[in-house]
Amino acid sequence: MITLGIDTSCDDTSVSVLEDDKKIRSNIVSSQVDLHRFFGGIVPEIASRKHVELIDGIYDNVLKEAGVLSQDIDLVSVTNGPGLIGSILAGLCFAKGLSFALEKPLIAVNHIEAHAMSIFLENEVDFPFIALVVSGGHTIILLFEDYCHFKVLGSTRDDAAGEAFDKIAKYLKIGYPGGQIIEDIARKGVKDYVMFPRPMKEEANYDFSFSGLKTSFVNYIKKNGFSDVNLAHILSSFQEAICDLLSYKTIKAAKDYGVERVVVGGGVSANNRLREIFSERCTQEHLDVLFSSPHFCTDNAAMIAITGYYYFQRGITSSLDVKGYSRMAMA
Amino acid sequence: MERKEFISKSPSETWDIGEYTGKNAKQGDLYALYGELGAGKTQFAKGIARGIGVKDWQYVVSPSYTLMNNYEGSALDMCHVDLYRIEGGEIEALQIEEFLQSGIVVVEWAERATWWNGVIRVEIEVIGEEERRILIANL
Repeated sequence: MITLGIDTSCDDTSVSVLEDDKKIRSNIVSSQVDLHRFFGGIVPEIASRKHVELIDGIYDNVLKEAGVLSQDIDLVSVTNGPGLIGSILAGLCFAKGLSFALEKPLIAVNHIEAHAMSIFLENEVDFPFIALVVSGGHTIILLFEDYCHFKVLGSTRDDAAGEAFDKIAKYLKIGYPGGQIIEDIARKGVKDYVMFPRPMKEEANYDFSFSGLKTSFVNYIKKNGFSDVNLAHILSSFQEAICDLLSYKTIKAAKDYGVERVVVGGGVSANNRLREIFSERCTQEHLDVLFSSPHFCTDNAAMIAITGYYYFQRGITSSLDVKGYSRMAMA
Repeated sequence: MERKEFISKSPSETWDIGEYTGKNAKQGDLYALYGELGAGKTQFAKGIARGIGVKDWQYVVSPSYTLMNNYEGSALDMCHVDLYRIEGGEIEALQIEEFLQSGIVVVEWAERATWWNGVIRVEIEVIGEEERRILIANL
């Protein structure tokens, strides 16, 4: 069974061809493509227009790379939210057109759910499990009871964890993407050099707040400045605060719900300190913890394809008038 | 021109000032938010959301990555925009004016665009670790 996956929820245009649930025949993400060559030198600035202009070419390339023809596609799976609505509609309209023309079913997929489900591209996981999806745009804890059945347990109330990393890096003018740069510098640092606060840690919920931590960081730098000597220590302490909060609340959710497995996905889950702290603490608590490979942590369409595949296996498809949405309601 | 000045001593006081602003908001209002990193722009937007009756106002999050988040209030909708990651020409693509027909628009990092007459300018100035001066001016 061949599933075509499409994701245009944020900056990247991604299309993937998945055979059954494990065999990725092709997975192209626009950030990995030489866009200047693709467009002959002129790259459109606007995200939604970029998606519209890119998607045809990426679709053709992905089929070629996968060695399939459009009529071989059995199922079209596409992100319909959450994300920037104009960008989402670019992918959703393309998918609807394809589904209609090929007379093949359409499945509209939640981008956050797909980040958690990306683990199934390389592993088998028993249900139930707790998933943390942590990226530039999202920080959210989910309880998965079965395929296609999940509940939101908690989420950030202000900044996403990846956003806190990027904003701090930009504030210090140390470059972009902030997460990777901070991790590299922090590696040589002492993690308890500055005792940054742990906002909301002791509150009886699974929510996060990283903007207060960001403000504390800015206050610390304004007061004390930083040098080449102690920057690694300060950043290591900051990274530790984020990793501590993420792992503490996720593990708390697993214990409270009596769940034995934890899955961590999204761009920030590529952070090695985060993986380390999760592994240590989950071992202590006798929990299994699984991470996606780094190339499946960031936005990709293979995760959209596999999520759609599971819905189809359970007889769930979407109608051609399914709508896009920008955010998941939390209450 | 109308000017109001508030002092906030904590993020939750910033919510209160935002809520007061939201309660007095009218369809078509655009709030341009100015303030350095960590000043509390998202906190102020959260307060506005509470003021217009957004049920899950506590989950009004920073739109830096998504660029724009839309919320439904009891009488007005709120479109929450962040220009932090945006380059010049992209602002028009967000079609901010369209959202003013059904509600209000709140823009963070407003200094990255030029605004028309009639926008409400909200300046959040950091005057202490937690203390902020919030200046609201109808232009």
